[in-house]
Amino acid sequence: MTDFLYLVPVALALGLCGLAAFMWCLRSGQYDDLAGSAERILFDDGDVPLRRDRDRPR
Amino acid sequence: MSCCAPGAELAPDEPALRLANEEVLLASRDLGGGLHQTDISVPSVHCGACMQTIETALMRVPGIRQARVNLSTKRVSIQWVGAEPPPFLAALEAIGFEGHLFDLETGGEDATLSRLVRTLALAGFAASNIMLLSVSVWAGAGPETRSLFHWISALIALPTLAYSGSVFFGSAWQALRRGTTNMDVPISIGVLLAFGMSLYETMHHEAHAYFDAAVSLLFFLLIGRTLDHMMRERARQAVKGLMRLSPRVALTLGADGELRYAPVAEIEPGMTLLVAAGERLPVDAVVVKGVSDIDRSLVSGESVPIPAAPCTALQAGTLNLTGPLTIEATAAASDSFLAEMVRMMEAAEAGRSAYRRIADRAARLYAPVVHSMALLTLIGWVVATGDWHRAITYAIAVLIITCPCALGLAVPMVQVVAARRLFEKGVMVKDGSALERLAEIGGIVFDKTGTLTRGEPRLLPREGRDPALLALAATIAAHSRHPYSKALVKAGGGSQSAFVADLIVERAGFGLEARQGDKLYRLGRPSWAIEEGIPAEAADAEVVLSCDGRPLAAFHFEDGLRADAEAAVASLAARGFVIEILSGDRDTPVRRLAAMLGVHFRAGVAPGEKVARIHELETSGEHVLMVGDGLNDAPALAAAYVSMAPASAADVGRNAADLVFLRESLSAVPDAIAIAERAKRLICQNLALAVVYNLIAVPLAIVGLVTPLIAAVSMSLSSIVVIANSMRWRGRRKARGETTMRTAGRLALEGGR
Repeated sequence: MTDFLYLVPVALALGLCGLAAFMWCLRSGQYDDLAGSAERILFDDGDVPLRRDRDRPR
Repeated sequence: MSCCAPGAELAPDEPALRLANEEVLLASRDLGGGLHQTDISVPSVHCGACMQTIETALMRVPGIRQARVNLSTKRVSIQWVGAEPPPFLAALEAIGFEGHLFDLETGGEDATLSRLVRTLALAGFAASNIMLLSVSVWAGAGPETRSLFHWISALIALPTLAYSGSVFFGSAWQALRRGTTNMDVPISIGVLLAFGMSLYETMHHEAHAYFDAAVSLLFFLLIGRTLDHMMRERARQAVKGLMRLSPRVALTLGADGELRYAPVAEIEPGMTLLVAAGERLPVDAVVVKGVSDIDRSLVSGESVPIPAAPCTALQAGTLNLTGPLTIEATAAASDSFLAEMVRMMEAAEAGRSAYRRIADRAARLYAPVVHSMALLTLIGWVVATGDWHRAITYAIAVLIITCPCALGLAVPMVQVVAARRLFEKGVMVKDGSALERLAEIGGIVFDKTGTLTRGEPRLLPREGRDPALLALAATIAAHSRHPYSKALVKAGGGSQSAFVADLIVERAGFGLEARQGDKLYRLGRPSWAIEEGIPAEAADAEVVLSCDGRPLAAFHFEDGLRADAEAAVASLAARGFVIEILSGDRDTPVRRLAAMLGVHFRAGVAPGEKVARIHELETSGEHVLMVGDGLNDAPALAAAYVSMAPASAADVGRNAADLVFLRESLSAVPDAIAIAERAKRLICQNLALAVVYNLIAVPLAIVGLVTPLIAAVSMSLSSIVVIANSMRWRGRRKARGETTMRTAGRLALEGGR
């Protein structure tokens, strides 16, 4: 019954990874234009994200 | 891509104001390294093909590094290099899209939404993990394991409360400081006490901790909060997208004859300004030179343009239709008609008693009841057993179980669904309280021009008119932007005339002159077009067509009814609403319209009188819905209990209105009222469900039967019941959503003319 001593931290760490990934998506603007992203998938040419302004307060 | 055929319908009537490069620079952000970013709003983007067209066209402009369209917000972000901004507005215009610069402060990203989403994400993470640990505890973990899991839960719950909970704590603190309560006060007390007690229990290795309840409560409530915010933000964005650029600079003529662009705010009385045909007047002024026709429909509600000649006094916001004018300002922008309307509007808004939202009213009843119940539980158990620890535990259990989770979701869930419904019908709601207010009205006041009517004349059909003459008139009229000319072009639309004029000139204030060989055709005022002996049929006509002074055809116009106006007014009257028309227009057209619709009316009403009439109706006990579009309606829109405006309304009016309808049809008004009433019924049902839940759960808590497991199950269950009840209303929506967006885009375009 000592398995949970490492299983619980592992579960929490995985959860935190998911949370961090979501926060990163949000910050990098991937949720800014859901309607547009749905259309862009049909475009043939490569799609480059806009250069972000890093010093902008968010 | 049929939705996207720019060109024909896109020729803007009002030539875009030539924006100085400095203005573009001012609206740009410096990204460093010589790179600048400018965001412009392009209301007519509405599909993938538009996105690609715009991006490809902009990328070809030298100096532009990257252009990216945001379809959701209908904006284009352009990154460019160089000292001068590249001509992207011109490039957009060349492919048939109209772009506007907007101010940085209004165009900023929505900080509140991203904060809410972040708090929601954290609460979701915490709730799911604590719930996992709790399940093991409920399943019968041994005392050491239980204690360890409680400690881990506390460790997860603490930062969550500090970050996600601050949304509620802040607002609750604000309310308490002002000596009032809102929904956030019982929420904050419940959550904080639950956490505090659980921490105490954990330290003393007791069996029951409520970390799961506290955190999942935050999670559910944040869902409601975020949905509510998203709904309001979307409506706000949509309304902002319709915004026309009001003149910010005006062309002034200096004493030395030098032409100069000056900001509108710097115009002083006595300065001479030049106003081209198709421009709106920036300030109140008197005509010095030139003749033209002036469209006053947005300012006063008059449906017929008035002639302007030297010495005519004109108000700010009126539209110069046919000829260039030289005018002398008689007031500064801050003293002009427009500014006066804004001031009246603010006064009316301040006078309107603050509306308390249903949720806040419920909270005001709810909080004292719940808190006294918890107190009674505490006293009861202390008196009965003398055991303080047990008494406090049970009292806190009462607070936790009554924490208004379902109550917090009851209202926003319904309003989000209702707003979606309205959106499908082309109606934007500015905020949820507008829906609540709309369900309480007893009277409706309509403006005439532009609201009940289209605000643009329509050619009356006539027996025995030669179609060839109409086609001839339409061909000549195509050279003018006077409303009558546009109506003629529309009426003569399909038929082609072989007429080719050598020369067509617009005589401002009179009409159009077309020369073909030695023949002179005139299309305009009867007294000008016909040399002598005006025939009876042409005497009351607004426009005649003549050849060398002899009349050929007479044209009568009428301000056409908005689509479904008759049906909408009839259905509203049948449902018992008191309906009245308040118009600034002359008596005759208003009387005719009122008789046709069978409602009361008042004509020639000044803006202040409209406000007074609305106050009069309000004091008689009826809440009033005001539907109007003009500048002169703006104070009345602000004064009314709730207000609606068409998308074609003046900016000020549209901003004052609680609801904006994008489609041509007036059936938006009865539709919106029906949806608001349905929403109110659902909200009441939800509140009743929340009360029933409490009636069952509270006695259990008082007698001390509530364990963390029961608390978690019952609270989630009540929230899910409320959400399910709201979702019953959704029905089919997917298929029509897209067409609505397209209609919205097209209308936004027309509104931008």
